Amino acid sequence: MAIKLDQKNFDEVVNSGKVVLVDFWAEWCMPCKIITPIVEELANEFDKEKVTFAECDVQSEQMIAQRYSIMAIPTLLIFKDGKAMDQVIGVVQKKTIKDKINLYIS
Amino acid sequence: MNERKYEQYDLIIIGGGPAGLTAAIYSSRAGFKTCIIESGIVGGEAASTDLIENYPGFPDGISGMRLTENIANQAKKFGVEIITDRVVKIKEDLTSQDDIYKIINTSSGQIKAKAIIIAVGTKPKLLNIPGEKEYKGHGVSYCATCDGFFYKDKKIAVIGCGNSGIQEGLFLLRFVKQIEFVEFLPKPTAEKVLLDKIKKYENVNFNLNSSLLSIEGNGKSVTHIKIKNNKTGKIKEIKISGVFIYVGLKPNTEFLEGFVQSDKDGYVIIDQNQKTNVQGVFAAGDATIDTVKQITTAVGSGARAAINAGHYIENMKF
Repeated sequence: MAIKLDQKNFDEVVNSGKVVLVDFWAEWCMPCKIITPIVEELANEFDKEKVTFAECDVQSEQMIAQRYSIMAIPTLLIFKDGKAMDQVIGVVQKKTIKDKINLYIS
Repeated sequence: MNERKYEQYDLIIIGGGPAGLTAAIYSSRAGFKTCIIESGIVGGEAASTDLIENYPGFPDGISGMRLTENIANQAKKFGVEIITDRVVKIKEDLTSQDDIYKIINTSSGQIKAKAIIIAVGTKPKLLNIPGEKEYKGHGVSYCATCDGFFYKDKKIAVIGCGNSGIQEGLFLLRFVKQIEFVEFLPKPTAEKVLLDKIKKYENVNFNLNSSLLSIEGNGKSVTHIKIKNNKTGKIKEIKISGVFIYVGLKPNTEFLEGFVQSDKDGYVIIDQNQKTNVQGVFAAGDATIDTVKQITTAVGSGARAAINAGHYIENMKF
C-alpha cells in the first residue's frame, strides 16, 4: 500500500534516502483511477528497501501540489535524496514507469 | 519477460467505452464467454465528460463517470471479464485446420477468440505546435474535468469551439476568471444549445478565424499564447496560465492497419450490421465510419455488433 502524504510527513518521506514515487491524484479524476492500481502493482514488485511508493491527494494537499507546480493529474514524481528528479504525466504503460524508477535505483 | 496466460473466448471486445461495454452486456447475457481488453479507462472518453444531458433516462443529466460506471457494473453483472492490456496486433489463426480462431497479441500475451468487436474509440488530436509537448501538464491540458481545479481565478484559453470545446469551457467557467476561445473557422461549430449557454457569460471572448501558432512560457509553466488571425494576418499575444485543447479526435486504430479496411483517416469501414471486411470481425462506436459520434449511437452500435457477432459464432462449424 502506498503511504498517504500530507504536510506533516511529506518532507520526512521524500528525504528518507530511498527513491520515492509520489502519485498525485484526486477523487474527480478518471485517468487517476487507472494509474493508482498500476502504482500498487509496482509497489509489490520493487524492493521496499530501495523504493517507497506514496500518494498525495491534490485537493486536501494543495500546498504540496503548488510547491511542485502540479497543474495536471495524474502526475507521478520521482524523488531521490529529497529532490524531484523526474515526472510522468497522464496515463502511460506500466513499463514506462518501471523504466523511469530503475534509472534512479543505484 | 513473464507472459500472461490467457484463456480462449467466444468474443473479445477491444475497448471498454460505451460501445464495448454495451456489446459486453448483450454478449455475456446471451451466454457467450466474453472478454473486454481495455488499455486505458473503462468508460472511455465518455468517462471524462462532465455532464451528459442527451442520454435518455436521465432528465437532469448525468456525469460521464457515473454513467459509464453504471454501464460497466451492468456488464460485470452478466459475467464479462475486463483485462487491462494493450492490443498490439490481430491475425487469423492459420495453424488451426478450420481457420476459425483469431489471435490477438497484447503487450503481455496472446488471446484467442472466435469473434472480435473493435470498439476502440478516439483520442484527442494534438496540434503539433511549439510549446504543446514541452508544457503538457504545466499549462497544456486535454482534460478539463481532471485539471480545471488547478486554474482557479486564472485566465485560460480553450482551443476549438466544437461541442467538446464549448462543453468543457462551460465546466471550466466554474473555476477560471476568464476564457479566450480560439477557433480556426469563421464561427463556432458547437450545437446551438451549448452556444446559447456560453454566450450568457461575460468573461468569455471568441477569437474566430484564428490559428494557434505557439504556446509559450517561462520554462516552468505557460505564460501566453500567440494566435494569428487568418483574415487579417495579424499576430496577437494573449497572456494566459493554461491552454485546454479540443481540436478534434482521431481513431485509436493504428494497430489495425493492414488487418481491416478503414478510410483515409483510420475509421473502420463497416456495413449496416457492423461487419468489417474480415469474417467474424465487427466494429462499433466512435472508431467506425459512422459520422455521428454520440454515446447513444455508440451504445446502439455496440448492441448491434454483439447480436451479429452472436449469430456469427452460432453459425460457425467446429
